[in-house]
Amino acid sequence: MALSYDDVIAKYEPVLGLEVHVELNTKSKMFCGCSTIFGAEPNTQTCPVCLALPGALPTVNEKAIESTIKIGLALNCSIAPFSRFARKNYFYPDMPKNFQISQYDEPICVNGYVDVEIETDEGPKSFRIEIERVHMEEDTGKSLHVGGATGRIHGAEYSLLDYNRAGIPLVEIVTKIVPGTGKYAPEVAKAYVAELRDVLRSLGVSDVKMEQGSLRCDANVSLRLIGAETLGTRSETKNVNSLRSVERAIRGEMIRHAELLNKGERVVQETRHFQEDTGLTRSGRSKEQAEDYRYFPEPDLVPVAPDAAWIETFRAGLPERPSIHRKRLQEAWAVPDKEMAAMINADVLNIVEATVYLGADPTKARSWWLGEISRIANEKNVAIADLDITANDVAEIVALVNAGELTDKLARQVVEGVIAGEGKPADVISKRGIKVVNDDGALMAAIEKVCAEQPETAEKIRNGHLPAAGALIGAVMKETKGQADAARVRELLLGHLGQI
Amino acid sequence: MIHLSAAQMAAQLVSGATTSVELTQAHLNRIASVDSDVHAFLFVDNEGALKHAAEVDAKRVAGEKLAPLAGVPLALKDVMTQKGIPTTAGSKILEGWRPPYDSTVVAKLKANDIVILGKTNMDEFAMGSSTENSAYGPTHNPWDLTRIPGGSGGGSSAALAAFEAPLAIGTDTGGSIRQPAAVTGTVGVKPTYGAVSRYGLIAFSSSLDQAGPCARTVLDAALLHEAIAGHDPRDSTSINAPVPEVVAAAKSGNVKGMKIGVVKELNGAGYQSGVRTRFEESLELLAAAGAEIVEVSAPNFEYALAAYYLIAPSECSSNLARFDAMRYGLRVGDVDGASAESVMNLTREVGFGREVKRRIILGTYALSSGYYDAYYGSAQKVRTLITQDFNKAFEKCDVMVSPTCPTTAFKIGEKSNDPIAMYLNDIATIPVNMAGIGGMSLPAGLAPEDGLPVGFQIMSPAMQDQRMYLVGAALEAALLSKWGAPLLSQAPALAGK
Repeated sequence: MALSYDDVIAKYEPVLGLEVHVELNTKSKMFCGCSTIFGAEPNTQTCPVCLALPGALPTVNEKAIESTIKIGLALNCSIAPFSRFARKNYFYPDMPKNFQISQYDEPICVNGYVDVEIETDEGPKSFRIEIERVHMEEDTGKSLHVGGATGRIHGAEYSLLDYNRAGIPLVEIVTKIVPGTGKYAPEVAKAYVAELRDVLRSLGVSDVKMEQGSLRCDANVSLRLIGAETLGTRSETKNVNSLRSVERAIRGEMIRHAELLNKGERVVQETRHFQEDTGLTRSGRSKEQAEDYRYFPEPDLVPVAPDAAWIETFRAGLPERPSIHRKRLQEAWAVPDKEMAAMINADVLNIVEATVYLGADPTKARSWWLGEISRIANEKNVAIADLDITANDVAEIVALVNAGELTDKLARQVVEGVIAGEGKPADVISKRGIKVVNDDGALMAAIEKVCAEQPETAEKIRNGHLPAAGALIGAVMKETKGQADAARVRELLLGHLGQI
Repeated sequence: MIHLSAAQMAAQLVSGATTSVELTQAHLNRIASVDSDVHAFLFVDNEGALKHAAEVDAKRVAGEKLAPLAGVPLALKDVMTQKGIPTTAGSKILEGWRPPYDSTVVAKLKANDIVILGKTNMDEFAMGSSTENSAYGPTHNPWDLTRIPGGSGGGSSAALAAFEAPLAIGTDTGGSIRQPAAVTGTVGVKPTYGAVSRYGLIAFSSSLDQAGPCARTVLDAALLHEAIAGHDPRDSTSINAPVPEVVAAAKSGNVKGMKIGVVKELNGAGYQSGVRTRFEESLELLAAAGAEIVEVSAPNFEYALAAYYLIAPSECSSNLARFDAMRYGLRVGDVDGASAESVMNLTREVGFGREVKRRIILGTYALSSGYYDAYYGSAQKVRTLITQDFNKAFEKCDVMVSPTCPTTAFKIGEKSNDPIAMYLNDIATIPVNMAGIGGMSLPAGLAPEDGLPVGFQIMSPAMQDQRMYLVGAALEAALLSKWGAPLLSQAPALAGK
């Protein structure tokens, strides 16, 4: 008998802890010069350093340190004047050195916070998520387990190793424990990850694509009786690959914990894996016996001691916080909440902003990107950002419509042409011979021709049956290959048939 | 020709009295004739060496400007990667591995047109003081083939003492350049930590490892030092500063007015009498050359050995984790159905020798949660105290000196079952590594009681490596005029060859 969520929160208080791993978008890896481009042939982006050949040594990617400092500043952290890398020792085939270079007791950024706002029963409410640390580390390679049913190592016939990912710079953002969110815990967690994603994107330090793994969230959840002081036992859920999953995973874990606790059983401290299809988690490795990573300072790397003035240049260059930026745009554009949310969800806010900046009206810019262009992206099953059309193109098209040189219908053809790779809007217009027919003489000729072809319909209109006009207007548009302004055609047609 | 110094060989190459091919061939012949007795080499690159020698000769004929040691042959410790050449670090676990890249030291040797003859024997992963821990059998001391040539770089020093090479590269983590130099009657220098790039040096203990020159004269060591030192962007711990002018110092040898600090704690009880005799005699010669001898104290040196045997094993337990059969080297137990874990276990069981396993276990334990502070943490504090001892002492003197080792070369097998006795051999060399400063060992004569070489150690402050070359050159000159001929001319073991 499954508990309802309401039963859970009536009795227990959830306490969260979130660990977010972010792959930085540096051109080269954390400790060597290898490329970081996603999706290359396995093991082609490797060298003696990231393969851990005997004798090879790491050197720190300065760009990665810069990015991490920017992240720390954007999350209101203090930047440590002196921090160190440490070795985290454990054996695993996809980790070439059999230790990971990470940071342990001397991380580069500490003690920050992020404020997130969510909709509650009492209206919008802000929650502060405190950040314990932001530190740098390197990613592992990837194992592909072949054979066996589950793609897991157990039962596999053999495993393939790809070290392209080994050494990609990772930043880990760890919150302090987050109590006090009550029933909103899942929404707060989701809003936090969304805010992080937006902040990181605005900093330009990561692709933040959850589905490609460049932003990964581990959600720690525990429950305690409402009013209790001591923390309950936590589980750590991995494989949470979308914002929606963050919410679902936490809700699911809260219910699972409550069921165990209600039965008088105990929650096992362990890693669990989120299952996208069921919304449930399954047990991974147990952490009951804490693994001993034998951390010690990485002797191959000198400590990181960023110059205070250098840090200040980054602080001065920080972009506006995305949440503030969004509010400002929403006010300036006078967009209703729902449409604003639609733009954010469709991930077009930045490009709409750019289009507006280039002179387009906010409403038109929004309707192009959310409407026609989103539709084409869906049809092609690609991200809008990957389509071959720019803010500049759309701004240009909007201007042409405003000037009466394109109709909405023609403009859609131009957009389609640009996306199809036929060139810039001007190229598409000239190649396809798209042109609004403004010449009344040419339109009148077409109207007379159409009326002669469909005398009964023309007669109906003459007799005052105006709805019939649509058919003739359509025929004229067809006659002029859609290049006429339909409103003008209507005007001329009705005049011709004595109705104006 | 093989009995000349590297500087003399270089001069003959310049004058046209000989060619690099002749010189290289002479050394290859010597190796062919004596190395079955000495076993200094694990791999001899006959073809590659002669090819490179011919190229250098061609450049010289073409009138190209060449580096000072161009065309002179060298023996490379097998812990340095050389592209395409077998590199084992003395371990079975790397048997057959040919690195796809050159270490920075090798790249610099090649850029200086120094001809690499081959790879020299060593204690497995540089862990040892006798070269008995090599997985490929021990090296024998050219002074007495029943004795050890020191370690871990026994192969490099023995090659010099047996005239199989005039120059060699060593690496020194706790004395692995200086102690072999001492017991073979040759010169070995551990430069300041960070002076020579570690890129391509197969790591034992990263915070202590330092490559350096091995030679038969102080000047030869200085020439090689300048060839291999310098900043390397591939090594984060490499010093970004000009290389000290060690060649000029070795040519000058002027110690007038220099203060030489005798370390109180590195003398006396536990040091063989003949070692002390030669050490005292060397001090007198330096005083006669115009230096002032003072006594300095380093009270924390007594903890150096214990701290070293926590730090070095801790780092090695992590550094050697990469030898897991997944990507290179030995692979054992890879049969149908075997898991990666069992292949890793079996390979490491079979591939590592006893001393290496002992240190991995020690280090794994010392880094374990709950023990870290007591072991690794305390050892790091001792390290700081040792550095402070050096700093204080260097306020009173320009260099510090001691015997390099408490004894002369012991017999092969004598200490191989007593690791502590073996570890004590490095008691005078380890503090230098702990503080990251420079150290040199040069021959001070023979111990009267056994007729075996004694080493004299000179320690100079960090980034002041030229000072040990000044003092070394002064002492070498004084001793040479006393002996009338280089010490190695008295080596009896290979006299017939």
